[in-house]
Amino acid sequence: MELQGIGIGQGVVVGRVVRMPDPLPDPVAAPSALTPAEEGDRVAEALGAVAADLLARAARAGGVAGEVLEAQSMMAEDPSLVDDVTLRLAAGATAERAVFEAFAAFRDMLTGLGGYLAERAGDLDDVSQRVVARLLGVSAPGVPDRAHPFILVARDLAPADTATLDLRQVLGLITLDGGPTSHTAILAREKSIVAIVRTNGAADLTDGDEVILDAANNLVITSPSAEQLLEAHAREAARAARALAPLSPGRLADGTPIPLLSNLGSADGAASALALGAEGVGLFRTEFLFLDAVTAPTVAEQRAEYERMLRAFPGKKVVVRALDAGADKPLAFLNDAREENPALGLRGLRALRASEQILRDQLEALAQADAATDADLWVMAPMVATVEETRYFVALARELGLRTAGVMIEIPAAALLADRILQHADFASIGTNDLTQYTLAADRLLGSVAAFQDPWNPAVLRLVAEVGAAGAALGKPVGVCGEAAADPLLAVVLVGLGATSLSMSASALADVRAVLADFTSEQARLLAELALAAEDAASAREVVTTQAATFLDSSSRLNLPVQHTLERY
Amino acid sequence: MLERTVLIGSTNGLHARPAKLFSQAAAAAGIPVTLTKTGGKTVNAASILGVISLGIGHGDEVTLAADGDTAETTLDELARLLLVDHDA
Repeated sequence: MELQGIGIGQGVVVGRVVRMPDPLPDPVAAPSALTPAEEGDRVAEALGAVAADLLARAARAGGVAGEVLEAQSMMAEDPSLVDDVTLRLAAGATAERAVFEAFAAFRDMLTGLGGYLAERAGDLDDVSQRVVARLLGVSAPGVPDRAHPFILVARDLAPADTATLDLRQVLGLITLDGGPTSHTAILAREKSIVAIVRTNGAADLTDGDEVILDAANNLVITSPSAEQLLEAHAREAARAARALAPLSPGRLADGTPIPLLSNLGSADGAASALALGAEGVGLFRTEFLFLDAVTAPTVAEQRAEYERMLRAFPGKKVVVRALDAGADKPLAFLNDAREENPALGLRGLRALRASEQILRDQLEALAQADAATDADLWVMAPMVATVEETRYFVALARELGLRTAGVMIEIPAAALLADRILQHADFASIGTNDLTQYTLAADRLLGSVAAFQDPWNPAVLRLVAEVGAAGAALGKPVGVCGEAAADPLLAVVLVGLGATSLSMSASALADVRAVLADFTSEQARLLAELALAAEDAASAREVVTTQAATFLDSSSRLNLPVQHTLERY
Repeated sequence: MLERTVLIGSTNGLHARPAKLFSQAAAAAGIPVTLTKTGGKTVNAASILGVISLGIGHGDEVTLAADGDTAETTLDELARLLLVDHDA
């Protein structure tokens, strides 16, 4: 049987199920034998101890998980919660029951708010369980310890569990709840754990069941057949081999080089990107320098940060995107007008032009950092719509001493006139997330129209093809730096459409590198033509997957997701 | 009583991480600060649960209020935290 969920990443794993133990029983609502003051002291001790324990776990975990544990520690000693507990104690409740009810009240409120906040309700349940366990003098329910590795099944994992998960024991994670932004999903991405969240029917899995967790296809296969197991083991082995494969430069089967670059938000990620074989940086987002600032940072401050990044990539390409802010990432010093449609407002290069000194300072700082380091620095403007904007940006970059200046193609108008834009720009870089949002007129942050946000849409691919053709005709590089480049098979299609380099999160490099090496330029072009001719995103993906499989021998085919009619999340 | 009215900058609103940063700063301020969502209720700014419970989204309007000698600088600092996009 197949259970459907939302797969995180491209992995597959076979293993036996171990379920998280059930939570503690609800404390009974009997009157307390102690005075409210005595119960209050017990609560204060328990809350303090749990808060301290969570803070210690936060320090050990670090990173995103550490932040969440720190927030949980604050929840344990929250003044509103303490007020609520005190009221319940005054009414004669036991410490256990008062704590349980107070946390439950806040949890119900979060669940009622829905969306992103409802996903945090599990954080509160976990704190509640820990405090109640402390009051009862028992240990809090946690990840089981077994002699053999297993696939963990849980309603949702608490941050305290995920942060301290023993990765030698846990082969994969299946959760009933949670979404693509839950802790389980965040942790799975950070640590490359095979995981699937919001899995329908996972409640029926029992300890010892053998399952195939196929994150690449958003599936859990229960009672798998011998044939399915064989295939899954082969894919598992192929993926493991891929992760261990030498970090060769990106290239097609016929040797055509396709440099594989990394998207980075600051120099902090440079070391791990290099370790995963990044051949440079395809998108250096500079917003981090500005977003925590009341006024724009000085040239000297910016220069120091840019130098730090450039020094990490000597002799390699680093493509820096000028500040991409606007009404949806409000910066008081750039644009404080409230706009009805921020995505269509004064953002990207438009906002920079309206405050040209900020752009000049940034380019000046980049030119200084470039002169002091050995990286190959390219700069590009975000959200360019017209030829005139291209000329403006390139001229300004040249005036400030930058050799290589290009534009991002995120607006359909720019894609359609790429032949004219690329006469003035040194290169183009396609931002597929925004290009998809603008092509389908679907807000990429709005869940109700999320189904439109699919870069496999042939309309989006046709725009990519326009840019690719213009780049080829003029001999100018065309990069892709959106989520699309991290989807291995779509990456082949993008190359077939004319992309000359691909930039992605460093964690996706190994999968993309392996799949690119399986196809020739001619095959990539053929796959691109098939995708362009499809009616919609789902059929483009399907026809390309089917055709790609016929190009491959059986061992390489294991690199691809199994053909499946289910729409990918 | 001093007040500051601001629009929320974080793309996903005032969820766990931005709320944590904000409540930590409010608790560290040493004076009582309240947070009111326009058209909604008022909570203790130092309470992360109170802040999260307002269900504040990107672009929502909120008002900070405090009394005392350090109210001016405290509110400036807290307003700044609400304006930046912690999700970018």
